[in-house]
Amino acid sequence: MSTIISLPDQSTATLPKRSYLNSEYGLKSWLLTLDHKRIGILYLIVTLFFFCIGGTMAALIRLNLLTPGGELVAADTYNKLFSIHGIIMVFFFLVPIAPAVLGNFLIPLMIGAKDVAFPRLNLLSWYLFVTGGCFELYAIIWGGMDTGWTFTTPLSTHYVNTHVVSAALGIFVAGFSSILTGVNFIVTIHRLRAPGMTWFRMPLFIWSYYATSILFVLATPVIAITLVLIVLERVIGIGVFDPAKGGDPLLFQHLFWFYSHPAVYVMILPGMGVISEVVACFSRKRVFGYTAVAFSSVAIAVFSFFVWAHHMFIMGISNYSALVFSLMTMLVAVPSAIKIFNWSSTMYKGSITFDTPMLYSFSFIGLFTIGGMTGVMLASLGMDIHLTETYFVVAHFHYVMVGGMVSAVMAGLHFWWPKITGRMYPEPLGRLAAAILFIGFNLTFFPQFIVGYLGMPRRYHSYPPEFQVLNVLSTAGASVLAIGYLLPAVYLLWSMKYGKIAGANPWQAPGLEWQVQSPPLTENFPEPPVVDFEAYDFEWLANHTKSEVQTVG
Amino acid sequence: MDSQAIATLPEHGHAEHEHSPHLHHHFATEDQQREASNFGMWLFLLTEIMFFGGMFTAYLIYRNWYYPAFVAGSHWMKIWAGTLNTTVLICSSFTMAMAVYSAETRKRKALLRYLSLTLFLGFVFLGIKAYEWHNEWVEHHVPGLNFSINDFTHVDPRYPLDKPLAPDMAEKTQSYFSLYFLLTGVHALHMLVGVSILLFLIFNAWKGAYTTGHMTFIENFGLYWHFVDIIWIFLFPLLYLISRHQ
Amino acid sequence: MSEPTHHAHTVVHPKVYAAVFGALLLFTALTVFASSLELGVFNAVVALAIAVIKATLVVLFFMHIRYSSKLLKLTICSGVFMFLVLITMTLTDYISRAWGLW
Ligand code: HEM
Ligand SMILES: [Cu+2]
Repeated sequence: MSTIISLPDQSTATLPKRSYLNSEYGLKSWLLTLDHKRIGILYLIVTLFFFCIGGTMAALIRLNLLTPGGELVAADTYNKLFSIHGIIMVFFFLVPIAPAVLGNFLIPLMIGAKDVAFPRLNLLSWYLFVTGGCFELYAIIWGGMDTGWTFTTPLSTHYVNTHVVSAALGIFVAGFSSILTGVNFIVTIHRLRAPGMTWFRMPLFIWSYYATSILFVLATPVIAITLVLIVLERVIGIGVFDPAKGGDPLLFQHLFWFYSHPAVYVMILPGMGVISEVVACFSRKRVFGYTAVAFSSVAIAVFSFFVWAHHMFIMGISNYSALVFSLMTMLVAVPSAIKIFNWSSTMYKGSITFDTPMLYSFSFIGLFTIGGMTGVMLASLGMDIHLTETYFVVAHFHYVMVGGMVSAVMAGLHFWWPKITGRMYPEPLGRLAAAILFIGFNLTFFPQFIVGYLGMPRRYHSYPPEFQVLNVLSTAGASVLAIGYLLPAVYLLWSMKYGKIAGANPWQAPGLEWQVQSPPLTENFPEPPVVDFEAYDFEWLANHTKSEVQTVG
Repeated sequence: MDSQAIATLPEHGHAEHEHSPHLHHHFATEDQQREASNFGMWLFLLTEIMFFGGMFTAYLIYRNWYYPAFVAGSHWMKIWAGTLNTTVLICSSFTMAMAVYSAETRKRKALLRYLSLTLFLGFVFLGIKAYEWHNEWVEHHVPGLNFSINDFTHVDPRYPLDKPLAPDMAEKTQSYFSLYFLLTGVHALHMLVGVSILLFLIFNAWKGAYTTGHMTFIENFGLYWHFVDIIWIFLFPLLYLISRHQ
Repeated sequence: MSEPTHHAHTVVHPKVYAAVFGALLLFTALTVFASSLELGVFNAVVALAIAVIKATLVVLFFMHIRYSSKLLKLTICSGVFMFLVLITMTLTDYISRAWGLW
């Protein structure tokens, strides 16, 4: 049942005198900070920077595909464009943005800790990330790479002479940043929960970040060694993946996807955590089936290690093995579906308000469902032979990654923006941007399902003229989508200075992070909080508020 | 402004418990801090397992594919050197364990002695390994840089019963040596990192650190050192021993 | 904090270390000796079994896992488990690649 809460009026709120933002000033105080909140913001800045690069590449790709002949850029350049786009978006935007930005900022606040377990390690992982990014920038500026984000051998080891080595090293270094972040989060969640914050009182956000961290720790090292092998292959020709020397290129695929499939869940699980928070808050209800949602996060993390070869169905792996992997892939859709059902049930009979974060959550739920269902289509062996390496796959993963995860990131960013900055974004513009994003997204990527099903292969710079209509639609959609990203960028920046002051708890949410001032103090909680209520306990908040009002008034 | 009222309470909870100089502000007790960093170290070691895991997988697969080549390749390993190195590493693990013990019982002299011994043994290991690598270089067994299949297409005098490999299979000995250099190389890199940290630890211990009750660092380094030892415990049979007889 | 963090930290006596040390040396000798016997496929099995025993000894005693919390024990098991997943699931492909093709 949903609960109505009347908090004291937030419109008269003032900014607190002391907060993590004004405890120290100057560039140095940011670059040497050990405060998890500031590190989260450092990550935000860098990942958004990379998002701009990746976005520019995407725009060029779409522009080139406006005409069947691909007149804008040469075929070589086109290869570089989509490679840079993929590498940057996957490894330098989507993997870090949710864990390292929202996770860093929120995990300690949500579990009632003063900081993450290893603040120095946390800062180190930011520097590693930046170092990896520099390698990547070097590779891009000095001519780019054209292997695709998948570094397929022997293409990447023998046939291209672009900057594969520095690109691979960049990802290797940034990978260590993921690993350290994962280690940090797991230890934090295990060891720094406030008194009374039991496992089943934690917000579901924490559960999904816990699952994400497991993936970081166990999967990332495998791609690290794989990239080392690629580099060694290129530099001294050791031959582990080289058929001429007895190596097996398929082994590369196994190792690469052993990481990269779990990595796609790194790119969705945190989003699921955000959606749980937002849906509960704007339905004024406890998430339906808390335990099911919590365990489905862990189940997704575990299952995701058993499905990687669905990226290799047509590459010559054994048919029997393909059967096993196909089955496992369909199983992984089950915990994802559980979540969708539970969010829907949470909204059922809730008192829903349609604020911006909630709109983004709707967008997430719808688009992720489409993405997931097409994933199941791809997982069936017969379908996959027809659809693999076509735009259908491109549409599939953009539905989950952009439609799903980026929507979730936007939901989270808007939802916690008042906590991060202490100010509100302009609500009407927010809703408008959410709508534009949704429309633009579907316009861009739905045609790609069709054009892929009709047989347009991915990663080519030109295409048969009969596909032009759908491609033009897609490019048009991309421009709408771009507005959907630029608009929030503008008004969020604007709101940092001119936004309405938010007050501690503008959404009237019961999470611990909302019980402290916004923006929070450097030490988060002046006194260690004691948790004596369940997660999403709106009753508790209502009663608590009432008694507060009485004692204060 | 209820919640704000809570949050801006004056800070008194802070001075309540006396802080030890090693206790970071976000931990409640020193025990909690120690457990946390221990746990963190283990998680890091998990990533190391997976890191080596990729290479072990490659080894397993290629060994089955190119069995004769792997047998022939491993016959060029010097078993005495491998055995000696295994022994050296086990000794160093023991001295490391004793170093941690000395820190626990707060004996500075003993700590210094055991750490130096560990360092010494680490260097011995690396020395022997370097000697082996040097030999392999001389024998033209380094794939990519200088490799010749000559040794494998002729009968090896030490294994007169071995048949020479067909040129095709002899090429595949490169797979064996690639993996050999990869595995031992990455392992040696870990040893190098370990040795550098050891130098740092000895310096600190000499100044009196770790024997005052705060020894998380040295404990965690011990875990790392033992882990590197474990990797070698597997490398030794896989690379040197299991094909001795085929 | 809501977990049993206050885990009495046991100091392991040097005698235990010495015993483990002795056992490790013994197993090293054993594995070198075993490799000189003609055991067919069992050469590999024996060598790996001994290596596993040695590694377990190191983990349990030198690395104090025998005296550590369940959490740490579980952590290590999960690492080993994932390593095995990597190997076995990759092998599902390699083992059956040459079986009948459809
Ligand atoms: C709901 C469960 C999902 C299933 C059953 C599924 C299934 C699949 C399958 C079978 C493929 C291979 C298509 C091919 O190359 O022929 C694929 C590709 C892909 N999926 Fe999913 N998927 C799911 C969810 C996700 C999620 C959540 C993400 C990311 C957030 C994602 C990202 C990707 C990417 C990036 C690729 C393409 C990789 C490439 O070749 O470049 N998938 N998916
Ligand atoms: Cu996948």
